[in-house]
Amino acid sequence: MLAVKIVRKQEASIWNSCFLFFAAIAVSLGISALLLIMHHKSPLDGIELLFRGAFGSLWALEESLLKGIPIFLCSLGVATTFRLQIWNIGAEGQFALGAVGATWVALLYPDLPPVLLLLLMLLISLAAGGVWALIPAVLKIRLRANEIIVTLMLNYLGILFLDYLVYGPWKDPVSFGFPMTPEFSSNAILGTIGGTRINWGVVLCLVLGLAVWIALRYSRLGYELKASGENVKAARYAGLPYNRLVILVMVFSGALAGCAGFLEVSANLNRLQPSVIAGYGYTAIVVAWLARLNPLYIGVASYLLAGLKVGVENMQLELQVPAAFGGILEGLILLTVLAGGFFTQYTIDIRRRE
Amino acid sequence: MRAEILVPLLAAAVQSGTPILYATLGEIITEKSGVLNLGVEGIMMVGALAGFLVSMYTGNPIMGFVAGGVFGALIAGIHGLVCLVFRGNQVVSGLAITILGTNLANYLGTPYVGKAAAGFGMLPVPYLSKIPIVGAILFRLDMLVYISYFVPFIVWIFLRYTRWGLGLRAMGENPEAGSAGGLGVMAYRWGGILAGGFLVGLGGAYLSLAYTHLWANGLSAGRGWIAVALVIFAFWKPGRAMLGAYLFGGVMAFQLRLQATGTNLPSSLLLMLPYALTVLVLVLSSWKAEGSDAPAVLGVNFEPVE
Repeated sequence: MLAVKIVRKQEASIWNSCFLFFAAIAVSLGISALLLIMHHKSPLDGIELLFRGAFGSLWALEESLLKGIPIFLCSLGVATTFRLQIWNIGAEGQFALGAVGATWVALLYPDLPPVLLLLLMLLISLAAGGVWALIPAVLKIRLRANEIIVTLMLNYLGILFLDYLVYGPWKDPVSFGFPMTPEFSSNAILGTIGGTRINWGVVLCLVLGLAVWIALRYSRLGYELKASGENVKAARYAGLPYNRLVILVMVFSGALAGCAGFLEVSANLNRLQPSVIAGYGYTAIVVAWLARLNPLYIGVASYLLAGLKVGVENMQLELQVPAAFGGILEGLILLTVLAGGFFTQYTIDIRRRE
Repeated sequence: MRAEILVPLLAAAVQSGTPILYATLGEIITEKSGVLNLGVEGIMMVGALAGFLVSMYTGNPIMGFVAGGVFGALIAGIHGLVCLVFRGNQVVSGLAITILGTNLANYLGTPYVGKAAAGFGMLPVPYLSKIPIVGAILFRLDMLVYISYFVPFIVWIFLRYTRWGLGLRAMGENPEAGSAGGLGVMAYRWGGILAGGFLVGLGGAYLSLAYTHLWANGLSAGRGWIAVALVIFAFWKPGRAMLGAYLFGGVMAFQLRLQATGTNLPSSLLLMLPYALTVLVLVLSSWKAEGSDAPAVLGVNFEPVE
């Protein structure tokens, strides 16, 4: 007789996780290939188009980096809340509010000097995203309302509010009925770096990513987050300010998502329109989990998943594959990583029974 | 308000509350076994598409409805695989199921957008539909609504008075004790996930087969998440789930009617109503939670002790 025992490992190795990540992508691509066959498309062509679209040219690399910026900012935020076992699923709505806040300033003061205007837009977008995340945080600690559901509902509400503005009061009178605001004045448009299409947001990402990484690793706050996330009751008993931490990470997370909204309207679209909502807030959750909540890995994973989005757009154009294909890939990757995590956390011990 | 306006509105409330009711009852069963499944929205979408396609190709809406349940259980089974077999995080797995399910349904459903399938029509119940007011509200709807009147009662009896129901609840209260008592934690949790997924899938199939008869991408529009919130509002009790589902059905029906009458209010603001109400209801029921039957160990994976 054989005895099978499942034993928890002491520590998961980085190489295991890295292998797992790529194995998950491979498995997910394999399953998605079946879906392509169901739609009578050649799976090999599809996957080639996906990769060529994502990483096959300078334009593609730039595009992936551009899309990686909002994903990174949202993901960095939600990962911080996940560390505390607080589930902020609301980056999508906080992003929408940030975009709305920045647009409001841009439309209100189009003639302010660029530096001042951009700073003001950034500040208001941080505040708007932060407030949108503060609501579920307060409801959670005061009234014990489940933050997963509240943040999710605030996504629907935030996006509908954005829709209301662009279909109604903020609609460009000369847009031929399209739901969009007028184009921002040139003062409200964040510039690009050198001759590239990459905006200065990427520098912000680098600075923030490093700062969060250092803060989590070396500061007292990072330690408090870690301790509270591992055991809420023990942390409270030890006198850690749990409620304050919840407010802090939620507002931080919301502000980052809001900032992503600002970058998107200011640097990329140059106006507010419904297409600003592109699912970055949900992709951010996938990224956070893939990166095991580590800020540095979040950078890598953001870029890769942004690449997938760009690649899927290429597939849409060339193969007429529905846009939902990208979402299927994300869902599958997340599920395979979750399932595969088992092998990094446990060892299976098979022995002959005495 | 006059009766000729109120009665059709209440009937519409029951009808649009029905898919939410099926889904809420499903999630109650799953959560009672100690497993949190946040994939309800995705499972509903898959159930809706499966129901629609099977009904379209067989011409038999009853088979479609059952298929919705079966495919709902299949997708929920992925959650079971990740959480029960591989001990993955239940919150994240549920979210992944929602991402996967909604996109899968939209992907496979894209060629069918706007197409119609055989669905369930109005079927007044003899005698009962003649009762003044009550008959017009409750008994001039479709067959699936009538079935849904019995489901909360069945779920309640099952959870409260049957051995399997008791075992299932034990896994949500104290799996260690249940396991020591010789009950299979995993078997019960699998049961909770699959049975719950089946009911959620039926709720989805209701949307495409009785509520619209048409396929549209994104059909469930957050109803799955409303169901997750309603479980908390219902204190995990099937009877209260009925109340909550019809309350939301009422708000959705009311908002549609307002839009149809051509009010001045912009539609995006009207569409906010059910989501805002969800937050409100959730806050109220979390705040005063006395008498709640919440399972004690919701969302925690079971690790057998050596």
